[in-house]
Amino acid sequence: MKYLDPRIEEMPRTEIEALQFKLLKTLVYRLYSFSDFYRSRMKEHNVHPDDIRSLDDIVKLPFMYKKDLRDNYPDGMFIGGQEDLVRYHVSSGTTGKPTVVGYTHRDLENWAISVARGLTSIGLGRRDVLQVSYGYGLFTGGLGLHYGAERMGATVVPASVGNTERQIELIQDLRVTAIACTPSYMLHLSEVAEKMGVSFERDTRLRTAVLGAEPWSEKMRARIEGSTGIKAYDIYGTSELSGPLFTECSEQNGIHIWGDLAYVEVIDPETGERLGPGEKGELVITMLQKEALPMMRYRIGDITSFEDSVCGCGRSHVRISRIQGRVDDMLIIRGINVFPSQIEHALMSVPELGEHFQIVVDRKGALDTMLVRVELKSAQLFSDKLDDLIRLKNKVAHQLRNNLNVAVDVELVSPETLTRFEGKAKRVIDRRVL
Amino acid sequence: MTYTITQISIFAENRPGRLAAIAEALESENINILAFSIAEASGFGVIRALVDDPERAFKKLSSLGYVVSTTEVIGIKMHDRPGGLREISRMLGDAGINIEYAYAYTGRPNAVLIIRVDHVDEAINAILSKGGQLIQRTELA
Ligand SMILES: [Zn+2]
Repeated sequence: MKYLDPRIEEMPRTEIEALQFKLLKTLVYRLYSFSDFYRSRMKEHNVHPDDIRSLDDIVKLPFMYKKDLRDNYPDGMFIGGQEDLVRYHVSSGTTGKPTVVGYTHRDLENWAISVARGLTSIGLGRRDVLQVSYGYGLFTGGLGLHYGAERMGATVVPASVGNTERQIELIQDLRVTAIACTPSYMLHLSEVAEKMGVSFERDTRLRTAVLGAEPWSEKMRARIEGSTGIKAYDIYGTSELSGPLFTECSEQNGIHIWGDLAYVEVIDPETGERLGPGEKGELVITMLQKEALPMMRYRIGDITSFEDSVCGCGRSHVRISRIQGRVDDMLIIRGINVFPSQIEHALMSVPELGEHFQIVVDRKGALDTMLVRVELKSAQLFSDKLDDLIRLKNKVAHQLRNNLNVAVDVELVSPETLTRFEGKAKRVIDRRVL
Repeated sequence: MTYTITQISIFAENRPGRLAAIAEALESENINILAFSIAEASGFGVIRALVDDPERAFKKLSSLGYVVSTTEVIGIKMHDRPGGLREISRMLGDAGINIEYAYAYTGRPNAVLIIRVDHVDEAINAILSKGGQLIQRTELA
């Protein structure tokens, strides 16, 4: 089965946009009429639902933020009463209050459909056995994949997290063909399998992994696919939007955002202005059909870019790139937005370099300067000619300049000389006194 | 007879203590440094050293995470007196040998000019045919 719902998935772009406009109008009137939060925010921004006369008029509407959800904890932003809800999920905030999400019956249905379309687009179907190794419970990962896979007609193994050896036995015994988990758990799983003498390729039917809920990279994808023979696909979503919602298709070239369910914008996080296809910025999503907890122009804080050309898989829906970082990590160097992930990406393409780097930002006079310190890869054959090292340094500087559009000083350092951090790398030292 | 000598080269950023750390690592292995030079560019340098056991030095420094390589160089014996370097330089010039870099040390039994060239065998033949004297690998071990 190529499509779960060909009518929607192959819908020409103009028709999708017409549908989106209709849904947006309905949403805005509904919010203005029934939500104190949205009505007062729209009034603050001098915008009335009647002002939305085209899809592009969405830019007139105010943004909303994670902070709004916290300020209205637990259910101040819900529309309707508890009797309309059929489920709660709660995400534990790393800082401050958690976020509570409520679902109507229809919300759960749309969530499941969204995931089911995604799983279908990577070639899964009724003949597949999907092991869901995301946590079940208040976290949205487990149940999100669970209901999506069932909706598609696959057989679900609700394994949840932990007990890795048992998980590997289940994969063998139940002839599991696909797994959904975090990328780091996938790596762990393959390490444990190796220790048990189990080869996924030889001893199991596991060929597909749907990975998400934490940041990962193309490098990690190559590592997973290379060591296991399993095709790995990215899945995106956050609990505020419902949970995991959107996946890559078989092309592995961007995550399809179903246009009948969500409207995508990518904005400059500083100015709030909309960016064009391929331009990197902050993801803003409007959920067009969500009932219990609507999301209008929600600034998620994730960095991505969008592509609106028709995908190789035949689907017309907009794609976003793999999440490339958080807005909080963004640096502004001489007025240009720079993300540490871009630097990482540029450095990765130079084989002589190791994985660790550090960014030092300073200001000389009125001018920002950026220095990237990067470790050489250890145990490499290096030429002992200074000229070759200078050439390498210039190559790195050139590569960074091309990727960032900002001049960068480069310092090559020996392996294992930069400070290592537990968990999230604190790679940026900003010495500017602003 | 082997006229090439194995030199080890270590990448090092210009930071205090870097050379000392390298010397200490070699000392802990009882490796003797016979000669060394430091070539610097902006921000980093390459430390080149002749040691009595290059293979062990390479292993030790690699295991400590240094970026190390080995290079075959030539050691030309010089007269340890005024004009000694001039003689050798003229000979190299006459032979048309293109020198990548060079450094010298004065020790027993001779003063030696270490050179790194692109075409090692050609250079050895040219020097020998001009009557130059080269130190042999075995003399360093
Ligand atoms: Zn596609």
